[in-house]
Amino acid sequence: MSRRLSRPLWALATVAACLLVPWLPFLPPYWITLGNYVGIAAIVAIGLVVLTGEAGITSFGQASFVGFGAYATAILTTRWDISPWLTLPASLAAAAVAALALGAVTLRLSGHYLAVCTIAWSTSLFYVFGNLEIFGHNDGITAIPPLVLGPWRLVDTQSYFSVVWLGVALAAWLTSNLLASRSGRAIRALHGGAVAAASFGVDTMHARMLAFVHAAVLAGFAGWLYAHFQRAVNPTPFGINASIEYLLMAVVGGAAHIPGALLGALLVGVVNDELQDLLPRLLGAPGNFETIVFGALLIGVLQVSPDGLWPHVRRLLSHLPGGLARPAQAEPSATAEPLPRREMPPADSPVLTVRGLWRRFGGLVAVGDLGFSVRAAEIVGLIGPNGAGKTTTFNLLTGVDRPTSGEVEFLGHPIAGRPAPAVARLGVARTFQHVRLVRTMSVLENVALGAHLRGHAGPLAGMLRLDRTEEARLFAEAWRQLERVGLAGQALRPATALPLGQQRIMEIARALALDPVLLLLDEPAAGLRAGEKATLAALLRRLREEGVSILLVEHDMEFVMGLTDTLVVMDFGVKIAEGTPAAVRHNQAVIEAYLGAPDDEADAPAGAA
Amino acid sequence: MDFSIALILVQDGIVNGAIYALLALSLVLVFTVTRVVFIPQGEFVAYGALTYAGLQAGQVPGSVGLLCVLGAAAFLASLWAERHQLGAGRVARLAAGTLLLPAAIAGLAWLVVPHHPGVVVSALLALLIVTPVAPYLYRVAFRPIAHASVLVLLIVAVGVHLALTGLGLVFFGPEGSRADGFTDAIFDFGTVSVAGQSLWVVGLAAALMAGLSLFFGRTLTGKALRATAVNRVGARLVGIGIERSGEIAFILAGAVGALSGVLIVSLTTIYYDTGFLIGLKGFTAAIVGGLASYPVAALAAIGVGVLESFASFWASAFKEVIVFTAIIPVLLWFSLRHHGVEDEE
Repeated sequence: MSRRLSRPLWALATVAACLLVPWLPFLPPYWITLGNYVGIAAIVAIGLVVLTGEAGITSFGQASFVGFGAYATAILTTRWDISPWLTLPASLAAAAVAALALGAVTLRLSGHYLAVCTIAWSTSLFYVFGNLEIFGHNDGITAIPPLVLGPWRLVDTQSYFSVVWLGVALAAWLTSNLLASRSGRAIRALHGGAVAAASFGVDTMHARMLAFVHAAVLAGFAGWLYAHFQRAVNPTPFGINASIEYLLMAVVGGAAHIPGALLGALLVGVVNDELQDLLPRLLGAPGNFETIVFGALLIGVLQVSPDGLWPHVRRLLSHLPGGLARPAQAEPSATAEPLPRREMPPADSPVLTVRGLWRRFGGLVAVGDLGFSVRAAEIVGLIGPNGAGKTTTFNLLTGVDRPTSGEVEFLGHPIAGRPAPAVARLGVARTFQHVRLVRTMSVLENVALGAHLRGHAGPLAGMLRLDRTEEARLFAEAWRQLERVGLAGQALRPATALPLGQQRIMEIARALALDPVLLLLDEPAAGLRAGEKATLAALLRRLREEGVSILLVEHDMEFVMGLTDTLVVMDFGVKIAEGTPAAVRHNQAVIEAYLGAPDDEADAPAGAA
Repeated sequence: MDFSIALILVQDGIVNGAIYALLALSLVLVFTVTRVVFIPQGEFVAYGALTYAGLQAGQVPGSVGLLCVLGAAAFLASLWAERHQLGAGRVARLAAGTLLLPAAIAGLAWLVVPHHPGVVVSALLALLIVTPVAPYLYRVAFRPIAHASVLVLLIVAVGVHLALTGLGLVFFGPEGSRADGFTDAIFDFGTVSVAGQSLWVVGLAAALMAGLSLFFGRTLTGKALRATAVNRVGARLVGIGIERSGEIAFILAGAVGALSGVLIVSLTTIYYDTGFLIGLKGFTAAIVGGLASYPVAALAAIGVGVLESFASFWASAFKEVIVFTAIIPVLLWFSLRHHGVEDEE
């Protein structure tokens, strides 16, 4: 790959650019200063890529975290003469602690409640900054010492440019590493729906908190840079309008992309700078008229191009030679050691036992007094007409929903009412009736998400790329499962590019990546052609031979009858029959449930799905 | 603090709370019908207040220009949105609603102002000028993306707030205004004296709430709005136009905001950007009501008003801090009550 630069070369080029650009002879200092502000804002916007773009959390409070970072260093350096380099960890910690506290209270809230809540606490914090003695009231804190590096005082705008943009590069590098790592996949999985993420062992609250804290720490870092550049802080730049501007940058640039954050920061910064001069002259009065343009810009971008400008720019760039980066893990690693496997229970021992399971929604009994069991290396089919309660049962068994009462025992562990990640950890994997994939991920990454619980690397290891060995093993496992289900050829395509039938197969690969003892499949054969169904049946038989137990919901009777060892038939939430396929086929209650009782032939043919 | 001060504070709190209650109701209404978290609600308060104050001071208020500008924008946005199905009749009706109507209102203001209109005429005229701004905004900003997620609509609403604040500065200038109330009568009840204006505020707020509840309970349009709020697809299937419902919800929100402004401008000085904080207090109340329940939101609004007035007595610098932090225990309760995994929309 000669036309692509290798990693160390990229790093070297970036550092050189950060050091040399401000000294280019034709660049006026005014532009360099503008570049400093753009860089500081870009760091905040990169945080929003994780928070808003990937975790789907909209925050109107990022400027408050910038404030925490800026005030922390301002107070420590002016009151106690502590070196700014030593206050950097304090600034990051201040933002992190604030984020942990605010997140603990508010992150459980759903989308718009949380967003409105961020408006409330950021407004509140603005008045706290302006009214407390320690923050210097509305006048703020002045005479903050500059950064000093050996013999150099970094007071001129050119030297500071290098500091800021090295900071931007570092923030971008750490953040893109994080997003590509195991923890980052957990954050990105939130986008595909919390249910799917939780079913593969992702602690969704933890993932949301991680995104929140990461964004806050970056904002705190920006605040530290701001304080030592400006050498004075007051509450104004940490108010709600500044927060809205940061969000505007992320949205305009493209909230799901790090280069988009840079683009957005640059655009908003430059436009802001131009308008602050132009508009008051045009309107003949001083004032912040640029908000009109920003508001219109926000509305316009979301109406015309909700993904921001970066995807368009990238499309243009991809026509240039060497434009598009190679995706990570583009081929299976030949050297990665296989992940350890779970020991399967001995054949015929009980794996799943359900006793007296109830689920009521108000007055409606969705599942009533259900009981059945699945033994090791057995395929059990759960069938019944539409609305019989099959999917509800799946949700109860996997911790997505809580039973009203009843017992569920898996390998001797009571799991009724346990949260979904805990159930997944014991070795229960599932697919969904309505495919739940992470739209922003490739097929391979979606499958790797299934192996989430088989890795252990934390966010810090991910950010610093200390997780390479484990990542290689996780992706090798994902490749293996894709080969097993026959999708290896599609591994690098976006998951959304697959036809629906193949998306279901991909979900099976994802479930297998968990190394499950029990596999729950919700209508796996729906949307498959006859040949594909045969391949699927063969795969499930092979899994059974390997000792995996399978519980499947399916409407395709030919598929079910040929494959399952035992059938459980439900109607209106109640079990009406259980037995071998042959016995169930001739069961009178089952025939009536599907075809109607002989004496009400008027509405007989309905429901023969 | 003695009992009489407490009584004064409670009275102040109820008066402000009544206004927050109106705003909270309007926020709940707009959210349930259109899924828009209507952040710019507060700007309508400021616009209503400054328009009324302008009329009282014998000026043609700046909002007349704003109305015409936004009307024209709505005209263009509607033409674009309906470009594939436009007939001459439709264009004429659009022009009447978005170009002629603002012009007529502007003309009316021009005619009335030199005659020093009384408080009631000024109030009505202020409502007339400010209210149509809301449906125009709906057409320009929200209708084109009516099916986007709640979060996207919220960010757009913040964009509208940002733009309206700037426009407020253009059309009203940076000076604050205060105006006379409907009355300066003071009633004495033993140890307490109650300002007539306070009675006006609470009375009008109560009447408006009663009116809205009649509207939703008894009229076909009101029922259609409720239907849209409960189930958008279902409402569509039975022939209720979502866009029409959205527009009506915005008209009501604009009117409620403007009226709140007319009421509040006699109690405190209003600047072009004061509205945001006032609207946010309405929000605090609406959130307590879960953005769904009108009575809970109204009660919470009174609570917010009383809390605010006591907070400003004890720690006036931290008034806003206290009011906006009060939302956190409520949210905490929400989040603790909330179990299991759910997918967001």
